[in-house]
Amino acid sequence: MTRFRGILLGTLGIVLLGVLWEGYKAIGPSNGVVLNGLTVLPRTNDLAMPHLATMFTRLFEPVTSAAGSPALWSAVTQAAGFSLSVAAVGWLIGVVVGMLLAVLMQRFRTAESALLPWVVLSQTVPLIALAPLVAGIGSQVRFGEARWQDWMSVALIASYLAFFPVSVGALRGLESPDREHVELMRTYAVGWWKTLLTLRLPASIPYLLPALRLAAANAVIGTVVAEVSIGLRGGVGRMMIEYASAASGDPGKPWAPIFGAVVIGLLAAALVAAIGLALRKYRRGEVPA
Amino acid sequence: MSNAVTVSAASKIFPLARGKRVVALEAIDLTVAPGEFVSLIGPSGCGKSTLLRLIADLDQPTAGRIEVFGKSAKQARIDQDYGIAFQQAGLLPWRTVTGNIELPLELHGIGKRARRARAAELLALVGLSDFADRYPDQLSGGMQQRVAIARSLAESPELLLMDEPFGALDEMTRERMQNELVRLCAETGAAVVFVTHSIPEAVFLSDRVVVMSPRPGRILEIVPVGLGSAGNRDDGLREASGFFAAVKAVREALHGVPAEEVRADSAAGVPSGAPGAEVLYASEAPAPRGLETR
Repeated sequence: MTRFRGILLGTLGIVLLGVLWEGYKAIGPSNGVVLNGLTVLPRTNDLAMPHLATMFTRLFEPVTSAAGSPALWSAVTQAAGFSLSVAAVGWLIGVVVGMLLAVLMQRFRTAESALLPWVVLSQTVPLIALAPLVAGIGSQVRFGEARWQDWMSVALIASYLAFFPVSVGALRGLESPDREHVELMRTYAVGWWKTLLTLRLPASIPYLLPALRLAAANAVIGTVVAEVSIGLRGGVGRMMIEYASAASGDPGKPWAPIFGAVVIGLLAAALVAAIGLALRKYRRGEVPA
Repeated sequence: MSNAVTVSAASKIFPLARGKRVVALEAIDLTVAPGEFVSLIGPSGCGKSTLLRLIADLDQPTAGRIEVFGKSAKQARIDQDYGIAFQQAGLLPWRTVTGNIELPLELHGIGKRARRARAAELLALVGLSDFADRYPDQLSGGMQQRVAIARSLAESPELLLMDEPFGALDEMTRERMQNELVRLCAETGAAVVFVTHSIPEAVFLSDRVVVMSPRPGRILEIVPVGLGSAGNRDDGLREASGFFAAVKAVREALHGVPAEEVRADSAAGVPSGAPGAEVLYASEAPAPRGLETR
């Protein structure tokens, strides 16, 4: 019942967005609404606001007019798959680093005082400023024969955005057990490590899951933006820039990588939802005795 | 054989802000023999929970000594000489009933098969065999508390420490749990230190009732109940004359006045109750955590 309602409302939201788009396009002036020389509402001509149908049919046409060019949707799918895997690597690094920081801060009060302000501060550094820096430093790094790849820089930047919600959420979760539970572990004469494994980690899961979802969204955004900033080929970020130049003659084309990015975000969210489902026994609400 | 618990000249002082301090316990002397059931009773803030926490080595005394089976309290904790149950059942919500009872065994490296067997045995003992695979949120408060007691018995301790374990239960459940606890003690032969603020509960369960007073926490009197061995206690006892006499003795010790004066007070409008009725402290909320147990 509630699931059905959820699907219904979700679909309704998408339909509403489409109706709004096509509705404004139908009634709005083709040069947009201009007040005192400022454009407050966009132009509605087919170049600025293509029909939804144009965007979708464009997906099934070849990328370019050159012979043997693949269909646009397949190129976008390929790029989206590449971006998703880079984002996944970034997410994973972010989760590991975030968890380690949280555990460290839980273990040592001084570490919390010393680290937490920096963790918060780290998120105020603009991503665009960071990307070339990481790529520049990365280009000087070698591991024996292996060389630092540009996609590694992108994953690193994605992880930089992803670790933040994880460290903050996990810290709250690790500190969530009731005093009774912590003292019970003390009466069992078990150390910090066993308490972490049997009590604090399981107790942190309800706090951790929303953090993982935020981290996934952050990792996807970080990947797309870093791809643009570093100029990494193969992902949807770079594809957006490339296709944007085609907008004047082919208005449906730039929308394809945007749809690709949306699909990546949905897949990432679904992945975290699956993790939440697997861990559902840790999400039972505590009931008063 | 050494005593289960020996408390000698123990005191506990909690420092507060601005140099102030609270004397939670002052010069406490108490022994608990092996297999003996001793209740600590008194108004909120009398330090009864603090005393229990000192015995459990969850806090350290400011002065004096605590011995458990002839060892320091810390060593006894490390050796797992006692089992403990709190007012909140404190079950881990992500573990089944069996998983919760197995927790101490698992932490101490007992093998899986032995754990299962012991948990099944304890579940039968507390009458919850049909609920082995349920989760805590699927149980009533009384059932959760029974699981917590089974967990405290998991490693067959010679000493049980219980901090108002039935405090959050309704009166009916509470009496049933008391009957069960008496039976469990008879079967396991463990000594018990039991914190409560219910006079009938203390009298029904105990061999001796330790009456305490607040600010500073001191022992006013130790009332021997002597209602016979645990195995012979049942619901009938709650209406026996010896039970009422002991309730009266504990009440008088708590008030520090003879029974006649208490009756005179009640005639003058000061609330009191029929013998055995819980009127003094039952409605009182548990002590503010900061004072009672920090």
